[in-house]
Formats: sequence, structure tokens, C-alpha cells
Amino acid sequence: MIKNITIGQYIPGETAIHRLDPRVKILATIVYISILFFIKGFFPYIYVLGYLGAVIWLSEISLKTILKSLKPLAIIIVLTLIFNIFMTPGERLFGFGFIVVTREGLYQAVYMGLRLMFLITGASLLTLTTSPIALTDGIEKLLNPFRKLGVPAHELAMMMTIALRFIPTLLDETDKIMKAQMARGADFESGNLFSRAKAMIPLLVPLFISAFRRAEELALAIEARCYRGGENRTRMKQLKLIGIDYAASLLTVLLCVAIIFTG
Amino acid sequence: MSVEIKNLTHVYMKDTVFEHKALNNISLTIEDGEFVGLIGHTGSGKSTFIQHLNALLKPSSGSIIIDGINITSKGVALKKIRQTVGLVFQYPEHQLFEETVFKDVAFGPQNLGLPQQEIEARVKEALTLVGLDFDKLKDVSPFELSGGQKRRVAIAGVLAMKPKVLILDEPTAGLDPKGRDEILGEIKKLHQLQKLTVVLVSHSMEDIANLVDRIIVMSKGQIVLTDTPRNVFKQADLLQDIGLDVPQVTHLVNELNKKGLSIKECISVDEAYEELIKYLRSN
Ligand SMILES: Nc1ncnc2c1ncn2[C@@H]1O[C@H](COP(=O)(O)OP(=O)(O)OP(=O)(O)O)[C@@H](O)[C@H]1O
Ligand SMILES: [Mg+2]
Repeated sequence: MIKNITIGQYIPGETAIHRLDPRVKILATIVYISILFFIKGFFPYIYVLGYLGAVIWLSEISLKTILKSLKPLAIIIVLTLIFNIFMTPGERLFGFGFIVVTREGLYQAVYMGLRLMFLITGASLLTLTTSPIALTDGIEKLLNPFRKLGVPAHELAMMMTIALRFIPTLLDETDKIMKAQMARGADFESGNLFSRAKAMIPLLVPLFISAFRRAEELALAIEARCYRGGENRTRMKQLKLIGIDYAASLLTVLLCVAIIFTG
Repeated sequence: MSVEIKNLTHVYMKDTVFEHKALNNISLTIEDGEFVGLIGHTGSGKSTFIQHLNALLKPSSGSIIIDGINITSKGVALKKIRQTVGLVFQYPEHQLFEETVFKDVAFGPQNLGLPQQEIEARVKEALTLVGLDFDKLKDVSPFELSGGQKRRVAIAGVLAMKPKVLILDEPTAGLDPKGRDEILGEIKKLHQLQKLTVVLVSHSMEDIANLVDRIIVMSKGQIVLTDTPRNVFKQADLLQDIGLDVPQVTHLVNELNKKGLSIKECISVDEAYEELIKYLRSN
């Protein structure tokens, strides 16, 4: 019912992209997104398209899945298109009363639309090919140098892992409680705003209770195993850079160089 | 009220990599006033199946006909279906949310838009049916009750809708033996007194053997067997193949027979007791 959320959903796999070190993937994504903003004009988009295409092809993720991840943000994309088409002053192409489409507007709309789509696709490729656990591992490692400045890297990562771990559980639970109340005649779908908000009470109360119960159980289990964060902990899976990681880094650097020198 | 299921198939997360066929072409008829047990290994699709019977899940294909009305067709009154077919979920106490037991049980009847007087009468009746003291508990918070009491309040919440078909998904999971026997006894009483059609999902072969008229055995989203308890438990090998078992006492009698005794097949302790006495007397 409420499980069809693709953004941020990991699709398991064994491809080169999946196996890349999460640190490399996170950094590459940050670099990729930043460099998008340095692009002026259409020509450098060819490089971006090539880079993105290669990643999609290697990761064996279907175009359908990619398109689906764009869907939640479709409204923003469409709004961007509309604003740019109609709001940019310039040479008039055609128009209707005060609604005027300009050459610059059209250009700007396509240019911004593409940038937005490249941006979202890049970001969702990261989460589509990296398991949440690997992702937080990577973030922790990347934040480690900042520990001296007081950034609680391990604790932050642990909190993120737990939060991510419980998202599907809570979604499941929501689904179950919703169904149980619907079986008692509850109606979550019709009525005005006020009656709909009121209809949420039979869902939210049990959901909160169970979330707190789970949190308490988890805290107990963690304590029973004498867990202490941070110092001197070793990991079962050590992150280590290998050949494909260097190759991917090199490619990303090449992308930047190409864009900076032609854009 | 009879329930007819025709070629029911359900696919979860269709068109994603997580696609999973949970029900595969199920056809079945449950007669009016029948008490059926639904058993199957964990993940065999029992919960998925019963959620179709009150239209909480929509079939990927197939149809469900309750009392001549196809509940899968467009535009059916969902509230009416959910009133007619009462569904008690696994661990139903997790759905309690009101400040008092009374208000919680009244949630269903209220959604049906009944007058206050009728609601009160129904809450009282439902709580009594599950063996709780209405006057003592009606103003208590449901969260202060014991696990078994919470479970009863939750079941009463469904009974207060006065369903014609009652479906229970493992109503005794996690209860102690006494609580289990009491709840099963109350369900049996309901079936007999109110002529309810009952579908009971359970992992306990003993409970099923003692209670139901007919057993439906599910495995991997399909029905592999449907017959009286006696006939079903004759097929110990088949049941063990799909991760189920026969009641302990049936095992015992089978083993004794292998040792050379000749006792009739038994599915309940009382029955085995009679048969053993008979056997001992005759020797
Ligand atoms: N909401 C869902 N989304 C995706 N798959 C699901 C969902 N609910 C159940 N499944 C899958 O469908 C299959 C059947 O599940 P179901 O809950 O019907 O089994 P069950 O027979 O009730 O098991 P149990 O005895 O453990 O309660 C399982 O493989 C399960 O993983
Ligand atoms: Mg189940």
C-alpha cells in the first residue's frame, strides 16, 4: 500500500558499481553534483550523459527504475520548466497576450530541466546501488577526520543505521495497523482535511506505542551486549580501496577536467 | 453466509525486483456456518489469503463472492463487507488506541454510524462474549490490562461489528495454555450460539484438530489439501514435507501401532484416552 517508494531504495546486485567502495561513491556523487553547477551551455552535457550512461549500464539498473525515481520530483521539474519558459525575458518566439515564449526562455528551460534530471538521477544511483549499511559506513569513515573537531562520527553513523534499519519495519507496522483499523470500518481516504486528520489518531497512537516499545527493546539489547560506541572498535568488514575504486575516481576526475576546460 | 473464492492470485510488489507471488490460483468454497481451520508453514500465504476475504487486499486476478456479491468488483460498499466479514489480525492488541476499553470496542460500531444506545448494547455484549466483566473494565485504559485481556478487548472490538463471518489470524499466539484454551472455547461458543462462519488460522495442530469441521492446508501460495481433520492428519508424510506436523497424540498412537498395538487413529487426547482404555480392557 505505502511501500512503493523508490527514492532511496536499494536494489541488491553484484555489479562493479555495487562493489565500489561507498566512500568513493559518496565522494564521486558529491563531486558530480557540484560539477553540474559549473556547466554553462549544452556541450558539456555530452560528457555528463556519457558518464551517467556508463554508470547506469554498468550497474544493470533498468531505465524504468531510474524513471521511477524521477517521478516523485516530477512536479518540481515541470514547475522549473514552466517558470523558465515563461519568465525569462528575451527575443520573442511566439506568444499569446501577455504569455510570451522567448528563445532564451526555451533555452533556459531545457538547460535547467536537464541539469535537474541529471542531478536527481545521479543522487538516486548512489542509493539504488549502495546498501544503507554501506552508505553509513562510508559516511562514518569520511567524517572520521572531523572527530578532532568534535563531530561524533561513529554515533551519527550508528543513529543513521538504526533509523534506516527501522524505516521498513515502521512502514510494515503502519500498513498492518491501518489494515486492522480498516477492518473495523475506519476510513483513511475520504472526508475533509479535519476529519482525515482525526482519522489518523487510531493509526498514530498504536504506531507511536510500538515505536517506543521497539526503541526500548533495542536499547536493552544493545546494553545487554555491552556496546560502547567510538573508541577502539574494529569492524567485521574493513573498507579497502581496490582497482575499480581508483578507476572510478580517475573517471570522475576526468569528467571534471573535461567540463572545466570546455565549459 | 457462504464465501466462494475463484482462481485467486495475488502478487506483491508487482513489476519490481521484489515481485513475489504470494497466492497462486486458489479456488475454494466455505459454506455457511462452517468452522474451517487454515494451516500452513510460515510464509505460505495464509495472512495474505484472509485479507482478501474482507477486501483489505485486492486480488491480482480472480474473484471472491460473498453471499452472491462479488466483492472484487468496482463500487462495492467496503464498509458493508468489513462489517459482514470480521477480521482479527495477528497480535490484535497492537491496534488498541483509545483511552478506555469501552471507547476502543465502540470504535467499530461508531464507524458503522450506529445510534449511541445500540453501540452501548453491542459493546456490552461483545465484552461479555469474550469473557470480560463489562462494568469492571469499561472505564479502564486498555494499556493497563494484561496481555490476554488486551487480546480479548481487541477481539471484542471486531465482534462488536456483529460480523457473519469471523476470521482469526493466530488468535492464541503468545498466550499461556489457560488463556489459549479460554479464547478458543469462546470462539467455539460463538460459532455454536451465533451460527457464525469461522475461519481460524493456527500453527497449533492440536487446537485445529479439536475445533474445526474442515482443514485447509496451504503451501507456497497454493491449497494442497482440504478435508476433515481426521483425513488430513492421516497424511503425516505430506504434512511433514511442507513443514507441518500432526498432533502429538496422533504421533504417539502411530508409534504405538508400529510397535504392534492396534488402536484406531486418534486426533485428540480424549479420543486417544478412550481408545487406549478400550484396548487395555480388551486384553
Ligand atoms: N506487504 C508485503 N509485501 C511484500 N511481500 C509480502 C507482504 N506481505 C507478505 N509478503 C510475502 O508473501 C508471502 C506470504 O506471506 P503471509 O504473511 O501471507 O504468510 P503467512 O502464511 O501468513 O505466514 P505466517 O505463518 O508467518 O504468518 C511471504 O513470502 C511474505 O514474505
Ligand atoms: Mg500470517
